[in-house]
Amino acid sequence: MNGTTVRPDISKLYHPKMPATWWLKKPAYLLFMLRELSSVFIAAFLIVFLIQISQLTKGAEAYAAFAQRLSSPAWIVFHIVALLFALLHSVTWFQSTAVVLPLRLGERELPRNLVLVLNIGAWIAASVVILILFLALRG
Amino acid sequence: MSSNRNIEPLWWALFSAGGVVAAFLVPIHIFLFGFAVPLGWIPDSGSLFRHGLVKIYLFVLITLPLYHWAHRFHFTLNDMRLGLPRKPLAILCYGGAVVGTVVTLWVLLRI
Repeated sequence: MNGTTVRPDISKLYHPKMPATWWLKKPAYLLFMLRELSSVFIAAFLIVFLIQISQLTKGAEAYAAFAQRLSSPAWIVFHIVALLFALLHSVTWFQSTAVVLPLRLGERELPRNLVLVLNIGAWIAASVVILILFLALRG
Repeated sequence: MSSNRNIEPLWWALFSAGGVVAAFLVPIHIFLFGFAVPLGWIPDSGSLFRHGLVKIYLFVLITLPLYHWAHRFHFTLNDMRLGLPRKPLAILCYGGAVVGTVVTLWVLLRI
């Protein structure tokens, strides 16, 4: 063997037949699907945010008018849903970080729950710093 | 296919970088620009976004999670066994993220 891995041709592999609704069968599968879906809402929020920023090419009034439009009930509902999905992503991401990138202290591996708590602490700290910077520097 | 395989680690790196950015930074921005600014809790004229350093920050904040989306969406739709064609789906997802990157850069350079 020369050490390089050869990947099997996907089309030649055996694919067991699964119904398209397999992810509704167990709560764990549904949670997996919701976690994957979180990326859609995060991207959707960022695109709306980019559109808001792009209003500045037309001036501060256009930016303010767009922000005003986002105060409608439909947009508030959208942002509530987006925030819930974003929080789901944050928590599940920190959980998987604790597994994929375990922290070591000398020879000992830190408990996963402690790594999770450290991540959540760093996340809250980063959020507070951004909030303070925005309050101090906004025009 | 061979060129796709060569750049696959790049997509993985962008996926995890986007996951980190989304996890740490996105919730507070949804709070600020989805609620606080529109509802008038924190008035904002947007002038901060014209600062060079802030533009670099916004570029990272907006573009990296798009690659995170592309990777997850691509693999999840495959997992759902909807019978969608694999390669066009990949081009649509990763291509969408690349288009988003170019548009973001264009917007940030113009404001």
